Amino acid sequence: MATFQLHINGKNYSADVEADTPLLWVLRDTLGLLGTKYGCGIGQCGACTVHLNGIAVRSCSLPVSAIGTKKVTTIEGLSENGDHPVQQAWHEVDVAQCGYCQAGQIMTAAALLAKTPKPSAEQIDTAMNGNLCRCGTYHRVREAVVLASTKTK
Amino acid sequence: METLMKTNRREFLKLAVTSTGGLMLGFSWASASGFASVDEATFAADVNFNSYLSISPDDVITIFSPNPELGQNIKTSFPMIVAEELDADWTKVKVIQAALDTKKYERQLTGGSGAIPHSWERLRKAGATARQMLIEAAAKRWNVSAATLITENGKVIDKANNKSATYGELANEAAAIPVPTEVKLKDKKDFKIIGQPIKNVENHALFTGKPLFGLDFYRDGMLHAMIQRPQSFGTKIKSVDSASAKAMPGIIDIVQFKNNVAIVGKSTWQILKARKVLKIEYEADATIESTTDHDKLFKDLLNSKEASVKRKDGDVETAFKNAAKVITREYQCPFLPHNPMEPMNFFAHVRPDGVELVGPSQTPDMARNEVAKLLGIAPEKITLELTRLGGGFGRRLKADYVLEAAELSSIVKAPVKVTWTREDDMGGGMYRPAVRYRFEAALDANNNLVGYRLRGVGINSGNPTREDNFPSGAVDNLLIDAVEYKSAITTGAWRAPITNFLAYAEQSFIDEVAGEAKQDPVQFRLALLDKAKKSPVGAIKYDIDRMKAVIQLAAEKAEWGKKKNVLQGFSVYFSHRSYVAQVAEIEMKKGKPVLQRIIAAADCGIVVNLSGAMQQVRGGIVDGLGHAFFGNLTFVNGEVAQKNFNAYRMIRLKEIPEIDVHFVNNGIDPTGLGEPALPPTGGAVANALFKATGKRIYSQPFIKQEGLEGVNLGTKM
Repeated sequence: MATFQLHINGKNYSADVEADTPLLWVLRDTLGLLGTKYGCGIGQCGACTVHLNGIAVRSCSLPVSAIGTKKVTTIEGLSENGDHPVQQAWHEVDVAQCGYCQAGQIMTAAALLAKTPKPSAEQIDTAMNGNLCRCGTYHRVREAVVLASTKTK
Repeated sequence: METLMKTNRREFLKLAVTSTGGLMLGFSWASASGFASVDEATFAADVNFNSYLSISPDDVITIFSPNPELGQNIKTSFPMIVAEELDADWTKVKVIQAALDTKKYERQLTGGSGAIPHSWERLRKAGATARQMLIEAAAKRWNVSAATLITENGKVIDKANNKSATYGELANEAAAIPVPTEVKLKDKKDFKIIGQPIKNVENHALFTGKPLFGLDFYRDGMLHAMIQRPQSFGTKIKSVDSASAKAMPGIIDIVQFKNNVAIVGKSTWQILKARKVLKIEYEADATIESTTDHDKLFKDLLNSKEASVKRKDGDVETAFKNAAKVITREYQCPFLPHNPMEPMNFFAHVRPDGVELVGPSQTPDMARNEVAKLLGIAPEKITLELTRLGGGFGRRLKADYVLEAAELSSIVKAPVKVTWTREDDMGGGMYRPAVRYRFEAALDANNNLVGYRLRGVGINSGNPTREDNFPSGAVDNLLIDAVEYKSAITTGAWRAPITNFLAYAEQSFIDEVAGEAKQDPVQFRLALLDKAKKSPVGAIKYDIDRMKAVIQLAAEKAEWGKKKNVLQGFSVYFSHRSYVAQVAEIEMKKGKPVLQRIIAAADCGIVVNLSGAMQQVRGGIVDGLGHAFFGNLTFVNGEVAQKNFNAYRMIRLKEIPEIDVHFVNNGIDPTGLGEPALPPTGGAVANALFKATGKRIYSQPFIKQEGLEGVNLGTKM
């Protein structure tokens, strides 16, 4: 066990965990940030997507010891009031069915738009292809990313 | 036309003026469905007294939604129905998930596409009764006849005297009004909320990461656990060496019960690490099977003399003997895991005085009863709180994972949450059964379908046929029989049970028979339905007119047979009371077939929530397409060969075609939509692929077919 200082959603957290613990389980089991989901544990489904210095990463496959001073953003910290353009678009398009994968979808989309505010259809498809949705909400995911891009300044 | 509903005090009572003031109404769901009503005396003790809706003085209307929400969107559509008849202001409706309460609610489960059809009338009545009481309260207050008053958007209005009062203002007075014995339901053409695309009431919570799901349940003092189950079906534990695992950091206990070894610890990661050093030896307990064994087995079963006859019309032997042409085809599908994105999990706290259960279940009542039986305690001593379900697809109809959690908690005498990894989930059973079908059709010299035979054989499949579905009723001589093989591999309902594959096989076969009969596939189906209408053979359990209507609508919207350079495939299926027809469209790009579009026509009766319904159809089609193309679970010596998404392929965003959805607007009461869009998809796509490649597909997954390995899905690949 070791103590790790983490910068998550603009706040400082301290976690006393084993060095190889994936960030996902630090967030969920230790810090009580439950918006980031477990889906596969091997980086294949994207349900656990968070931002590390603004880049979308799979928290299930990222040991806490590898984070260092990098800034972590989870779905809880994407916006203060849940009104990030991607969150707004997700509501307007009414994307979710069961909703379990949607935090990961939103984090992937937000990272894409931060880097590429006006993505092409192909860029959207490439960015979002790594996030599984078992309910099959993919049409709406696409539509919501496009809508969010019109809201991003 | 207005519908007049009879209500009596047994069905619908006001509960109490709420502590903060306002009206709280209880509603008996049972009586509206024609169940025997109970005595007034029983009612006084709150028995059989079901859902609540409450109205606060500040106009907030709270509606409890009793059924498990797994993405079918009933947490939004149930309250929409209540709010419609209440004439509520939808923006002031608050929805709360009700815990399991068999005294208050009827059929508190999610499955069989039945939530809306079973609750439609009860929900309407709940809203209408409250509305009538509010009107009567206003009439009394203003000293006018109730008949002169109208309601609109959460207000009672007296137009003649230019007066209005909000429901909140009237709630206390309404609570003093006797419950009406008769309530008027709205004329369907006056619906303002039903039929609209209303956004999911949980959107904000979902999109900001609020803990809604079973896996999100944490409590101080709660232990975590994972369970190592046998890796191979047909084996049992021989020996366990848990010494090194038990010595790992954070591990509290390692417990063996039945064929399970539970690792109990302080955190998920510590448990995962300890699990790796756990040593368990297994030995054979039953026949250990591989997929190659099943392939051989199916061939034997198809020729078995021991089939159970499901339906027999006319004289099949003679029809086939005298046929001008006989067409025989076989179709096979593999086992499939359900793979909801949230793996199985449940929280249990077994205390000396009672049991607390929390988690995602499609069948909370059954789960509670099974736990009661397992632990030998009364169901009344068990509470079950429903979380949101991160998908179900039938997997959460089973209570195995609830029972495990309860048993473990009773052994370790502590609150514990059991979490399944993806590997546990995919390797842990309850699969869509593998089945094989042999279809035979007899055509006479004029290409009329005069004989039809279907044999279904399956592994733990139950009856793998749906003997009364189309084309039964349209063929004079017909025989449908089945053989089931019992295996150690566990199976269960998988979204659109049996029909998820049977529809593909049947609709592919019908297409091929139409081709042999030199008829257009759409006309061929319509002609069979006309024959069934004119001279029905035996019992017909599907509605011929509804089926014809979706066929015609899909053909019209897709411009069937009229598009240039578009290769179309047709399919139609009746399941769970609803009807869906689909046209799949393929275009050739650089010499390769590309699935461009699927046009769907659905008849689920009245659409309650247009947004949810559109997505339900699209999602069902994506599900049907993905599993037809990629879904493949195989076994080697009883063990699943694909245990995570790196080995088991799921359809992804790039692979979806455009999907156009059209609803038949026939005004009949809702008949369900959770499953019916899925079954037709595989057939429509396979029939279009035949036009593109000249090859018929006889087994799933399609991607394993010769010539289809490189076929792209999606418009942009």
